Amino acid sequence: MATAASMTMASVAAILNPRLRKFPTWPVYLSLLVPAGVYFYWAVTNQLGADPLQVLERQLGKWTLQLLILTLLVTPLRKWTGISLLKFRRAFGLVAFTYVCLHLLTWLVLDKQFFWDEILRDLYKRPYIIIGMTAFVVLVPLAVTSNNFSIRRLGGAAWNKLHRLAYVAIILGAVHYMMVVKAWPLEPILYVIGCVALVMVRFRWGRIVKSVPRHPKSVPDT
Amino acid sequence: MQRISRPAFKYSEVTPKRDWLNRRQIMAGAGGAALSGLAGLPALAKLNPVKSSYSTDAAPNSLEDITTYNNFYEFGTGKQDPSRNAHTLNTSPWTVKIDGMVDKPGNYGFEDIVRGMTIEERIYRLRCVEAWSMVIPWAGFQLSHLLNRVGVASGAKYVAFETLVRPSEMPGQNSRLLDWPYREGLRLDEAMHPLTILATGIYDEEMPNQNGAPLRLVVPWKYGFKSIKSIVRITLTDKQPLATWNMQNPREYGFYSNVNPAVDHPRWSQASERPIGAGLFAKRKKTLMFNGYGDQVAGLYAGMDLGKHY
Repeated sequence: MATAASMTMASVAAILNPRLRKFPTWPVYLSLLVPAGVYFYWAVTNQLGADPLQVLERQLGKWTLQLLILTLLVTPLRKWTGISLLKFRRAFGLVAFTYVCLHLLTWLVLDKQFFWDEILRDLYKRPYIIIGMTAFVVLVPLAVTSNNFSIRRLGGAAWNKLHRLAYVAIILGAVHYMMVVKAWPLEPILYVIGCVALVMVRFRWGRIVKSVPRHPKSVPDT
Repeated sequence: MQRISRPAFKYSEVTPKRDWLNRRQIMAGAGGAALSGLAGLPALAKLNPVKSSYSTDAAPNSLEDITTYNNFYEFGTGKQDPSRNAHTLNTSPWTVKIDGMVDKPGNYGFEDIVRGMTIEERIYRLRCVEAWSMVIPWAGFQLSHLLNRVGVASGAKYVAFETLVRPSEMPGQNSRLLDWPYREGLRLDEAMHPLTILATGIYDEEMPNQNGAPLRLVVPWKYGFKSIKSIVRITLTDKQPLATWNMQNPREYGFYSNVNPAVDHPRWSQASERPIGAGLFAKRKKTLMFNGYGDQVAGLYAGMDLGKHY
């Protein structure tokens, strides 16, 4: 049974992968950015309930987490099913960074409205702000080096090592979400559990992958 | 965009609530089984609250905002959950047990409690511990009027309140998120203060379920969670009562929980607030001590260290 299932998966991957390789990346960027546009339009036209700001702010944060989860799922998906979304991982990551920037801007401009004394106090006094801001700072070098030039310049190994910071960012992001809410509602807890599980899975693979000789032309993996 | 729908007739033209209730009883008594569907229609009765000098002149939020943006964890943790889920709550009949150090303890029907009370309009600012705020035109009566009627025994120092527990109609109570029943308490002098009311409605509507039907507390100088909803028990006591959020996290939610911009929540600042209902670009406001009711209530806390008794 297991072999039959994995053979079916292999054939699905065999059909899907060449098509995915031919598919351009720009529609992926574009379609992933559509939700932000739609929500911003709804927020401005007062269609998000009594408190459009909180809905927008929280949704931007949640999309950031979801896209980061997607970037970290690319490798497990390939290991489990053979289906490779590697070509689109940069799009996932860069759009995630765009969302975290929008999330931060919403907080700074629309929520805190440049009440600088309060913002500065938040930055050193509030653990959830500190954790969220750390996650953002950690993502900056990843976004800056998400291009072919940087991969060549740094070399695959160093680039891979640097981009492991994504694990740190995603855990910090999920904890940041959990700390914003009162009491212990289920959703943020699920994000934390999911992100921790994902990072643990990736670490185990990281070790296995290291011990197996790599194809010389393989694209940086992490 | 007009968001508040105003009736096209004057309040004086509307059938008084008591007559309307009687009429409904007569119709039901006349074997109006076919008419029973009428009970599900929105109440036609208006509360006709009397204006009060305790009201703020700030513009109130729309009924839509007030009834779709609620913290009432008995119906879910999302702000819109109560408006979606609270229709399952049956508030008729409704009994409030008044016990402890009172002269006339007993189980009082909602109608008995309201009978003879002048329903006043109290337009109050509401400041949530989550750093947002609204202005709400409550309809209700002073808690002191009820307490005087049942007679507070000497030696009573606090008033404890409890919300209904009925998981079959309050789906949030199926989770252990909070230690049900929801509990709150006030010091006796806070409870007797003229600003402290038991509300039975909003605008001139009977209290919507999601806002704490049929009877809820409103203490405008404290964070919103102190204003306990759907009350089924009021106990006079000489010991400081338990309060749900204080039990859940004593470091974050004190027994007093007076609005205080100088004492931050451990996780966020309380120095300013976001007014709800003014859209995405609503201007942030500085939070006022005692939510702006300091002139009336600061005396209650004279000599107390409010950083310690937060």
